[in-house]
Parts: sequence; structure tokens; C-alpha cells
Amino acid sequence: MQATGRTASVDDAAQRRSSALGATAQDDAEPPRRRIGRARSYKPSQEQIVLLITLALLAAFSVALPGFASIANLLNLLRSISVLGILGLGMGLIVISRGIDLSEVAIMAAGWSVALIEMQRGMPIPLAVLLALGIAAAIGMANGLIIAFIEAPPLFVTLASGFVIYGVAFWLAPAWVIYAPNDAHGLLLLGRGHLLGVPLPIFVFAGAAIAMHLFLTFTSIGRFIYAQGDNPEAARLAGISVRPLTVLAYTIVAALAWLAGLVWIGATGSMQMQVTQGTMVFDVILVVVLGGVSLAGGRGSVLSVVVGCALIGTLLNAFTIMDVNTEIQNIIRGVVLLAAILLDNWLHPRDEETARQGD
Amino acid sequence: MSATTWDATRFSKRLRASYSPRLLLSELLLKQWFEPVIPFTIMLGLFGYFAVSIHDYATFPNIQSLMRLYAEFGFVALGMAFSLISGGIDLSVGALFAVCNFATLFFLLVLGWPIAGVIAATVAVGAVLGGINGVLIGYLKARPFLTTLVTLIILRASVNLLNERYATVFATNTSDSTVWDFLGEGFVLGIPVNAAALFVTLLIGHVFLSRSRYGWHLTAIGASRKAARHAGIPVERMLFATYVLSGVLCAIGGIFYAARQSSTDSTTGVGWEFQALTAVVLGGVSLAGGKGTVWRAMIGGIIVFLLTNGLVRLGIAGYFTSAVIGIILLAAVCADVKWSKNRGKAVQKIYVNPARLPLSPAPSLRRESGTPFAQNDRLLAAEAIGLDQVEGPEDVLIDRQDRVYGSTRDGNIIRFSGPDLTRREVFAHIGGRPLGMQWDREENLIVAVAGMGVYGIRPDGQVFKVTDETNRTWYKLNDDSRLRMADDLDIGPDGRIWFSDCTTRYEMTTNSLDIIEGRPNGRLVVYDPATRKTTTVINHFHFPNGICVAHDGMSVLIGSTSLCQVFRYWIEGPNKGRLDLLIEHLPGFVDNINRASDGTYWLALVGIRTPAFDLAMRKPDFRLRMVKQVPIDEWLAPGLNHGCVLKFDETGRILESFWDPTGVNHSTLTSMREHRGYLYLGGLENNRIGRIRLPDADPDWTGYDAYWGNKRRDRH
Repeated sequence: MQATGRTASVDDAAQRRSSALGATAQDDAEPPRRRIGRARSYKPSQEQIVLLITLALLAAFSVALPGFASIANLLNLLRSISVLGILGLGMGLIVISRGIDLSEVAIMAAGWSVALIEMQRGMPIPLAVLLALGIAAAIGMANGLIIAFIEAPPLFVTLASGFVIYGVAFWLAPAWVIYAPNDAHGLLLLGRGHLLGVPLPIFVFAGAAIAMHLFLTFTSIGRFIYAQGDNPEAARLAGISVRPLTVLAYTIVAALAWLAGLVWIGATGSMQMQVTQGTMVFDVILVVVLGGVSLAGGRGSVLSVVVGCALIGTLLNAFTIMDVNTEIQNIIRGVVLLAAILLDNWLHPRDEETARQGD
Repeated sequence: MSATTWDATRFSKRLRASYSPRLLLSELLLKQWFEPVIPFTIMLGLFGYFAVSIHDYATFPNIQSLMRLYAEFGFVALGMAFSLISGGIDLSVGALFAVCNFATLFFLLVLGWPIAGVIAATVAVGAVLGGINGVLIGYLKARPFLTTLVTLIILRASVNLLNERYATVFATNTSDSTVWDFLGEGFVLGIPVNAAALFVTLLIGHVFLSRSRYGWHLTAIGASRKAARHAGIPVERMLFATYVLSGVLCAIGGIFYAARQSSTDSTTGVGWEFQALTAVVLGGVSLAGGKGTVWRAMIGGIIVFLLTNGLVRLGIAGYFTSAVIGIILLAAVCADVKWSKNRGKAVQKIYVNPARLPLSPAPSLRRESGTPFAQNDRLLAAEAIGLDQVEGPEDVLIDRQDRVYGSTRDGNIIRFSGPDLTRREVFAHIGGRPLGMQWDREENLIVAVAGMGVYGIRPDGQVFKVTDETNRTWYKLNDDSRLRMADDLDIGPDGRIWFSDCTTRYEMTTNSLDIIEGRPNGRLVVYDPATRKTTTVINHFHFPNGICVAHDGMSVLIGSTSLCQVFRYWIEGPNKGRLDLLIEHLPGFVDNINRASDGTYWLALVGIRTPAFDLAMRKPDFRLRMVKQVPIDEWLAPGLNHGCVLKFDETGRILESFWDPTGVNHSTLTSMREHRGYLYLGGLENNRIGRIRLPDADPDWTGYDAYWGNKRRDRH
């Protein structure tokens, strides 16, 4: 009697397990995008709001600002935001995984400054490009290792590493502006070239965005990054190797910083160390948060970054046309970022019961 | 060998037995004051380095000017410290400082207000701007880091715009107020006025943070916001107030800076937020919140200031300073995270420090050996009292009415009475773990209670405290003023209570670790009822356990469990204060010692030595590995499945032994008492009190009479 009872309960358990497995398989089969869309339908989607604002601004500026609505200006707008966009893709990835990288701009500047100095000193250009990539990846990996294994808060780690990167890079390449060799057409092509009349940076941004979207949506590692950002502890308990994943994420950010630097050099012909001292990294965060990649982690997508980028690009372009003072630009951007953070906070409030300190 | 060399050897041996670097470290890590010691040492080292490498650095005028330069940054760092302790962060401090600096100059030079008005208005500006942060973070629950980063950008941009507009106005206007000059250049008792103000602020801040209700609320919120909310602390309001406070501190800094510099430019306070962050984290204010003091923030602040100032004076380029600050911040953050996570574990890992403890050769126990230790079966016939009604009676005691008392694990004193000793009652509940017992002259039952101290029970069952602390040893890191594990006691003819406190490093539940450590962590303590004072008589004693005042009242016999020896400490007479070794070779681990009716003594052995355990006592590394790598129930232990009682005379000669070699009825014997021709047995883990008949003993002798009645053998 007892034996039968036990068998029955074992069977029950097995059945439950198999049904649970079935459910998981079903979930996996379902396109992840739909799940995100469904979750959004409860509240106004931040991406849609931002998109609407962008369109409204575009319309307003087209009417109000002479020369804004021309094809050339719009292409110019797209080209100018592509560097910001590529950096934003990296920042978006890391914010989705519930991290942040304040050293992203410094990585871009440092890796390329050293590489350009080496080019000037006679290093073959392909080798120097690889050197820049190597430096960037090494820094990103170091960031990731410290964050993953020492478990120090990413905000502080990347803040501090930003200082270190700037200091060491300036020691290796002591100049505020370092010019690329003029004859390095291959190097400058991505930033300068055109394809079918469209500037290449736009293609680079689009390519990177599509690649990132595919990575985040259709690879298991990409889904793991969402899982980690949503609930790192649950992800770890589910068997995801969270630490290597963190290192990978920070390395990818650094690689994207390298790509952004490549486009930057093509567009300007030089790398400016000054960007490490400015507010560019906050523009990148602005782009990401504005588009709806929540700082709480696990939310948002590549589309969020693209939308955020469009809004910021529009604003920046309009500021340039209107010739607004940099300080006033900073104030406006600060207020917009603050509004975005508060909006994010309203849409995705922190759970007071589970919120962690220090973020 | 002369006496001096012998003493020297003994001294160095004792030194090595008492102190090891690891031991020192493990006790250091437990100290609250140990954490700030590291940054404090760095601070002094840094000052020393610059004093050597910079000419005229360590002179009074230079120190004065350093203080003047530092004070404003000190205010800003203090604001950062408060926000960090509340579990947030205020990155806008540098920009707030710059805004307040501008505001001061604006009110003074452009609007021409009086000084008091300028100060009040500037503080109000700081409070309002801090209040914006406070509303965003406290009430709207925005993330402190990014929120204050954004306010930093906005404030910085605003102050730059304003500076551009008013720089020439400031440069051409001056104030001729003497108060203003005093704020900028004055001294108070030789200290620059801004540094003096900082010091006063620190004092107030310290009292606020560590002694006031609001400071505690602030710390509680930082330590756990959720718990603070559940405890009814107004989290939103407190956070709001914290950022207001931070803003006010920045405003005070800004006022002094304006008074000193009378100018403003785009570099005022730039990067101060990150320097302040580095400073307070370096000082040991935890990023996780809820931990830190104003002094520690200042130590960190001074380090960062000395470093940046010194590097500039040494002509080091700015980017190098940036890298150094970054590396320090990185290291401080990592150290903070790792330290707060692993401190407890680190202490646990190195707290047990076994010492080499070669025991003297053990005599043979073989039945045919012919020694008084030879094993026999004399305890097998013991009758059981209160079988399964007592939980480990460590000590037994019998009163003049023949009632039997046992001190049990559950914190009780159990009493058995009636003709067959079958009536069980709880005589008193003390708590802790009652161990050794003795009657005083008034027939109060004095009990040594592990974990509590020495307590007494009046004949009516009422419990009173005798003592629970002794004098603290000034050179010991572990606070040894509390009695951790009072083990056994006895009372001298003058009423002084002598008792053993067997360990100062462990607790009742972990006292086996003290035996495994084999260090002299115990002590002999005396309580004098006449003066109500408790004094440590012998510090550094190897696990003192049994205590018995000799029949003549001139000395105290002390059983050392971990040394397996018995000592005699003279308390009266010409040898007063001397410690003699009385019994050198014993086959087991000594527990209680009590008087016998014929002028000799009873001695209980709680465990029997084994060659393996003796070897382990000579191999400290082995014992360390055992403690670390083997679960506690697999540890090497002495033979505990024997019961043994010995009898010895005043010279320390062993006369006879009583054995229960089976360990079934009476193992781990810790106590025995003679009473009217019977010997009563108590054991630490036993479920009974045993009793055997002693045919040759004085049938009228009782313990009370041997101390206070007609059976005394001292001078009376």
C-alpha cells in the first residue's frame, strides 16, 4: 500500500517535471519579441512615446528651422549620431545586463590615441588597428573581471577605471588631439566613405544595430544577458555562468567602443583625448535610458537605443543649426536625462523589498 | 644552568606560547578601531614622505597653509560621507560647492548684502539645491548616482554660464569688511579659521551621527532601507534631509572658499566629487551604506588632499594624478567590497592558533602495572541517583540535610531529596551553564556559571549575582573584563571566592577549541566579598579547571585540563603568591578537585590521554588542519569513554584510583564529592548522579563542615 503510494507520488513528480519542461520548450519556441511586446501593452511603451516626441520635434524643426528638412541635413544628422549610436548599442547591452560602463568613451579615446601615435611612429596601419582593438578589449575584460569576480559595483569600477585609462593613455600618447595619417584611406573609409550617396557611418551603425539585435534576441547568450539583468541571482541559480557572461558583456562594450572610434577617426581625421573629460558618456547613457533601456536591467532592446539616438540626434542637430551655447545645451540635455530617469523610474519602479543598495 | 637563564627561557617560551602573529592578527581584525588604523597609517606615511621629499614641508606655517587649503574640501567630503552613509551618493557636491562659491560672491559683491545676510542666503541656496536632490532621491525614489550626476552636469553648466557673465564684476569689486577678511585669512588659536570651523563641524557631525536619534536613523537607512522602513523610520524624509545637509555643508565650504579666493572660474570644484568619493571610500565609509564615521571620512579626505597637493608640488603632471586617484578609488572600492564581505570569514579562518604543547609522560594505566593508576572496576557498582532526570550534572554538592544538588546543562540546579534521593525538584534556575558549586558560610550555594560569571543561590532558592567581570588586562586585544567561562570555584576561610575562568578566547560551546589550541588563555580570579572587588590573580593559565582551597586554607589547588597537571598557588603564609607544580604526571585531563575526609583530595579526570592525542598536542599544524578541514564530530579527542576518579595527598602523591572502564554509566567524570561515607559522582554528559560507598571514610564528614564546621583542618 505504502509502496504504491510512493510510486504514485514519484510518477506525479515526474509528470510535473515533464510538463514544466514542456512549458519551457514552448516558451523558447515562442518568439521572445512577442513576450516583450505583451509585457509592454499594460503601460505606454517608452519607445513609442520617444518616437512620437522625435517625430513631433522633427516636424516642428522642419517648419521653424530653415535648412533642417533637407535630405543633406537629415543624412548629416544620421551620420553625426552614428558614433553616439554605436556607443549606445554597447551601453544598452551593458545596462540590459544590469551594469553600466562609464569608461566607454575613455576606452574609445585611449585605444585609438595610442594606436594613432604608434601609426605616426611607423607601425603598419592594420597592426595599429588591431592594437587599438586589443587595448580596448583588454580594458573591457579587466573591467568585467573586477566587476564579476570582486563583485564591486560597476558604477564605481568603471568610474575609477575611466580615470586610470585617461591617465595611462595620456602618459603613452601625450597630446589632446592626435591626427590619423592622411594617406590611410582604408582607415578613414568607414567614417568618410559613401555608398549610393549615403554616408558609410550610417551603414556601420545599422549593421552594428542589426547584429546586436540578432545577438540579443536569437542567441542563448543574448537571452542569458536579459536573464542576468532581470534577476542576476535567479539567473545564477538557473545555471547560467553569470561571471563569464559579465566579462563577455564588458568586452563587447569595449569592442563597440573601438568600432565607434574607427568611425569617429574617419569622420574627424583625428582622436581627441578631450572627450574623456567631457560629458559625452552621459550623452550615451541619455540615449540608452531615453529609449527605454531601464537602468533596473533586463528591459529594453536595440530599438530603444535607435529611438533614443534619433531624439538626441535631432536635438543636437537643431542646437547646432540654432547655434546654442554649449553650457545651455548641457543644461537642456541634463534636464532631459533627468526627465528620462524619472520616467524610467515611474514606468519601472524599484521594488523596495528587493532593491539593492548603491545603484 | 643559572636561575636567570632558566627564567629567560621560560619567558621566551611563554612569549611564544602567548603571542603569534596570526593570533595577534585574528584579534586585531575583531577590533572596531582596527579598520581606520590602515588609512590613518597611510595618511601619516604620506605626510612623512612629502616631509622628506619637499623642502620646508613639515614646518608650522606650511601645515597652517595646508589646513587652510584643505578645509573647504573637507566640508565637501563630509557632505559626500553623509550621503554615502545614508546608502546613496551625492555626486553634485563639487558643482554645488562651485554654485555656492558663486552665490556668496554674487550676494556680497553684486548685491552688496551684509556678511550675515550673505552667509544665510548662501546656506539657503545650498539647502535648496541639495533639497532638489533630496526630493528626487527621497520622494521620487530616483537612483542617487545618476540623479546627482545629472544635477552635477546641470549645476556645472549653470555656474559656468554665470561665471562668464560676472567674472569681471567680481574681479573689479572688493569687500572691505574685516569680518570677511577674517573668514578668509584669520586664525583661531593658531588654526586657520576655516579649518577650525571644519573641526567644530566634525565634532557636531560626530555627535549627530553616533549619538543622536537622527544619526542612527540615517545609518539604519543606509544599512538596510527595507529594514529601516519596516522599523517605522521615515525613510523619505530622512533621505531628503541628508541631501539638504550635504548641500548645506557644500555651502559652508563655498563661503570659506569665496572669502579666501574672492574669485570664481570654471575650474572651481571641478572633479571634487570624485576626489571626495575616493576620499571617503578610502577612509572606510562603505559604499554599501550604513557604515562610516566623520573621522574616517576626514582621514580619507586628508590622504587624497595630501596626495594631490603633494604631487602638484613635486611637479607631477595632472594626468598622472588622475591615474593615481583612479587606481586608489578602484583599490578602495574593491577592498571595501571584499573586506565587508569576508571580514568575518577571515577572522574565523585564523582565530584558532594551536601552539606546540608537549605533555609530560603519562603513567601506565594497565591493570597489572601495580601503579595507583591501574584500571579497576570500582565505579561499576555505583548506584544511580536521578537516572534520566538530570542533564549533565557537571558538579554535584550535598548539603547538611543530605540533599544532593547537580548543576545541569539547562541552566538549572536540580535537587534530589527524600530517603532514597528520589524526590526531584528544580532548586533554582540561573541560566547559562552552571558548573562548579560550593557552600559559603551562610549556606548560600555559590555557583560558577559559564557564560555569566559567579552567582549565588540563597537557601530559599533566590538567585543573586556575585560577580561577572574582573579587571581588564591592559595589553590584551581581546577585552577580557567579562568572565567568559567561570568553571569551578572554591571558598577560602576568609570568605574569598577563588574561581577559574578557563578561557578568554572562546565560549562555552567552543571551549574544546581552547584545548585544541593549547594556549594559556585561562586565568585564576578571586572575588573578595569584603571589598566586593574581583581581581585576576593568575593571567595566562592553560585551561584552569578544578579549584580547591587546601585543607589548611593556605593555598589553592588548580587543575589544568590542557596540561594534565595540578598546580598549587599559595594565598597565605611565607610563600604567598608562588605557583608550584604539584602533580606533574597524570594519565588524563584534569577536571574538578575536591576535599576528602581524611585530609587528602579527590580529582576527576574528564578524559584519558591517548598516545595519538599527545602526539597531536606536539603538532600544532596538524591540529590546525584538523580544525579547518575535518567536521567537528570527526576531530581527534581524548578517550572520553572512561570514568576515573583519583585520590591524592598534600604532597601530590596519587593514592588510589576508581575506574569505570566501560564508560556506560559514568564517563566524562567532572566532579566527585565525599559526604558521610559516600562518594557522589557528576559528569558533564551523564544522565545521572552516581554514588559509591567508601567503607573506610569518616561517616560524619560533610563538605560544609570541612569548610565551616567542626571538620575544618585549618588553624581554627
